[in-house]
Order: sequence, then C-alpha cells, then structure tokens
Amino acid sequence: MESLLNRYRSLTVLLAVLLAQLVLVAYQVRTGGDVRLLRVWAVSLTAPPGKAIEAARSAVAGWWSEYLWLVHARRENRLLREEVGRLKLENRFLRSELTAAERAQALAQFRARTPSQTIAVRVVAAASGLNVRVVFVDRGAEAGVRTGMAVINPAGLAGRVTAVYPSVSQVMLVTAEGFSAGVICGRSRVQGILRGLGRSECAVSHVHSDEDVKPGDWFYTSGEDRIFPRGLPVGEVKSAGGSGVFKEILLKPAALAGGLEELLIVTEPIHQGLPDERPVAGNAPLLPAPQPAGSSEAPALREPGTSMGTDADRVLERYRREAAPRGAVHLEGGSATQQEAAPAPPPAKPNPVRP
Amino acid sequence: MSESFDTASLFARRRPVRRKLRPWLTVAIPVAAILFQVYAPLLVGLLSYLELPLLVTIYLAMNRRSPVAGMMLGAAIGLFQDALSHWPIGILGMVKTLAGFAASSLGLRLDTDNPVVRFGLGFVFFGGHQILLWALRRALLNEPAALALGATLAAAVVNGALAAPLFGLLDKLRESS
Repeated sequence: MESLLNRYRSLTVLLAVLLAQLVLVAYQVRTGGDVRLLRVWAVSLTAPPGKAIEAARSAVAGWWSEYLWLVHARRENRLLREEVGRLKLENRFLRSELTAAERAQALAQFRARTPSQTIAVRVVAAASGLNVRVVFVDRGAEAGVRTGMAVINPAGLAGRVTAVYPSVSQVMLVTAEGFSAGVICGRSRVQGILRGLGRSECAVSHVHSDEDVKPGDWFYTSGEDRIFPRGLPVGEVKSAGGSGVFKEILLKPAALAGGLEELLIVTEPIHQGLPDERPVAGNAPLLPAPQPAGSSEAPALREPGTSMGTDADRVLERYRREAAPRGAVHLEGGSATQQEAAPAPPPAKPNPVRP
Repeated sequence: MSESFDTASLFARRRPVRRKLRPWLTVAIPVAAILFQVYAPLLVGLLSYLELPLLVTIYLAMNRRSPVAGMMLGAAIGLFQDALSHWPIGILGMVKTLAGFAASSLGLRLDTDNPVVRFGLGFVFFGGHQILLWALRRALLNEPAALALGATLAAAVVNGALAAPLFGLLDKLRESS
C-alpha cells in the first residue's frame, strides 16, 4: 500500500487536496432544508450500508424464525385456528345482534310514528304443519293482547291475533288460509276483500272485472272490517286478470317480504288516511300522515246530534263522546277514526321495544 | 518555417538554463494577480474576461515542474480567490488545484517557452477552468448557472493571447540559477 502511494504520490496528494476542499465546501453549503451538504453526504453515504445491513439481518432473522425455529409452531397453529373459529362465531353472533338492534330501532321509529297504540312482540315459534301460516309471539293476555287484534310491522299488515294465552299469542298471518281483511286500492280506491291462500301470495276478491286495478298498484287496509285500522299497507298487486264477473287479483304481502321476527300488536287502532301515491320505499312503504276526517279518503263521522237509527249507532256515539278529548273515537271491534280536529296522533306508550 | 511553429520542437525536452523565481515573487505575483482580478474590472469592465490568477497559476506550476508543488500553489491561489468571492471557500480552490496539477504535469513534457504552446495552454486551461467551475457550481451549489459557450471561447482566446506576453514578462523576473 505504501509503495502504491509512493508510486502515485502526486495523484494521491491531488486527491487528498481536492477531497479536503470538497469537504470544506460541503461544510459551508446548506441545502434547501437548511442542512449542511456535508451532513447530507455523510448520511447518504452511511444510510445505504445501514439499510443493507438491516435488510440482511432481518432476512437472516426471518429465515431463522420462520424456517428453523419452529418449536411449538404446530401447537400454536392449532390454538390460533381455534381462536379464529371462536372469533368467527362471535362475529356472526354480533352481526346478528346488530341486525336485530337495527330492526328494533326501525320498529321503535315506526311505533313512534303510527297513531295506533301497539305492543312490540317477537315471534317465538311457528305452528306445526305444512303451509300453516301461523306463528306464536311472546306476549299474551298478561300484556293486554286480545283475540282479533291486528298485527303489523313497519312494512304493513302482517296478520291477526287468533288465540291468546297468558304469555304468548297465536297470530294468523295474512297469507294463511282463512285470513280476510277489507282492503282498498291506493290509486283507484277500489275496495275488495283480502284473502289468504296458504301460500306466499294473497288474493283480493270481490273486485268487479271492470274496476281499474293494475299490477303495481298498492292495496291498503280499508278499515271497513272494523278490525284493522284504515291506511296500513298490505301489498303490491302482482297480477290482475280473470274473465269472470270478478277480477282475480294476486298481491304480494309487504309485511312478510323480509321475514318475521319482530311485530307490533295494535292494541288501540286509529284510522289513517291513504297516501295519494303508492309507497316508493320498496317493500317497506312508510305509513302516511293521518289525514283529517273530513277529507275524501277517511270516512267522515257524523256530527254529534245526528239521528242514529240503531243501538249500535247510539253506542258508537257514546264511545265517541267519551274518547273525544283524546282526538279519537274507539269503536267496538277495535276500529277507530281520527277526529278532524285532532291536532296530532296520541303519543306512543313508553313501552320499550323488546328486541 | 520558424522555430516557434516547428511541431517537433513543441514536445522537445530542452535543457534550458535553469532560472528560478525569487521566493518573494512566488507570493507577490499571485497576490498581485488576484488583486488585479478584484479591482481592475471595477475600472474597466472588459477586464473581467481576464483570468490572471489562472495564468499565474499555470506559469508558476510549470516553472516548478512538480505536480505536488503545482497543485499546492493552485490550491493556495484558488482558496485566496475564494476568500474574496461570494462562493463557498473551496470552489475555485479545487479548480485551481487541478489546473496547477495539470500545468505542472504538462510542464514536464512541453516546451513551455514556446509562445504557441503558451497560447494553447492559456486557451485550453481557461476553457477547462470555466467548464469545471460551471460544473461545480451546478453540482455543489445547485446554481442555475449557464455556460455561455461563445463568450467563454472568446475569453479563452483573449487569455491565451495574454498568456504568451505575460509569461514572457514573468520570465524576465526569474534569475539565473
């Protein structure tokens, strides 16, 4: 080395002198970030070797830990698999709970919006038998449920209470054979009778063939049966045809489209108006705001003092006078109509919705 | 054909009479050149095209005929110039160091008394000096310096033309050994 330096002495000295001056310049010059050029060079010189050393070290360490040092790896793998399985189950359960909570929230919102008094119930069982469209809910007589009460959910009419036990109730769904309710077409105001067929669709009977009902029309409860309050969405017409005196109308019940888990039993029904247009919220149309009784959509009550011809009319008049301060008149059979002067629907009972 | 244009004579290793420059002149001449470089352009702007410190460096380095001594001399002159300039100290130092090293190395192989050689040395060294300076300014100082080729060539011709009489003048200051 020494002989080499002696041999190229001039060149060595030249390089040394140049290097010294280069360092001198680098010490004085500052970069845009106010860092001395000398420092930038020093870092630039030392960083790549440092990176290379670290990369080599991590590669060797990874090779060692991933390929050689595999003590207890199999056991850890098994434990981790078990943990993943447990977490998957937990995740599924939490998702289910979240969905239930969302449904409960929707139900609570619907309860707050609807003028009728309702009880939130949960489907706990289905009646045995093929195509038997009957379910059991977790509230019974102890909760004030009575036979004949309407059962709804935010999407519309779901069924009717057919039997009441102390802690559970039996509900006949709208699709069950034997179910019937008065319905009215939202567009043409044609009235008919909803009948369960024992399958996924329902039929609307007693609609003359010359009436204006088309697929896509929505039917609502008419309130004429004095069981179900007027204005609840029932379903969308799938087909309307037939060559006889009456139309053969099939509709798809809106309330059963998303399955049944949570329902509302209408304990104190109040009529609502029909919407001018069909619901646009898919299978879960929103109920319309209550309309004045004097409108053409809601059946107008006769003024007090109007002559009543039958005993039933006199009872109706008495009930109406008693319920007048609440803004609604309760009728025998569970039917009621909102008063024209009623400013707002009665507040919902503070019953929390049970998920 | 005169002797000065004899190509063979340009590379002849003559054995001239060794005449040394007085030591104080070795210091005084570069200082005077630098002072000229600093003050003269204030009076006459065209004089800024002259690079007297470079020419002095070339002359002294060739006179020394030792690469190490030449580069040291160039470094000293360059650093002195840097001290009087706005650039970081070392920029002109590096350029002059290389110039001194190259000049002293060439001085061993060329007939440096030949006026043509002196013109060529002044021309080439000035061009190299400017190119190196431009490169260092761009690389180290990140200055957007532009190399004006036309002006550089013209200045190189002027400096080459000045080199021959200047070196002749400096020859007269040497004393016989």
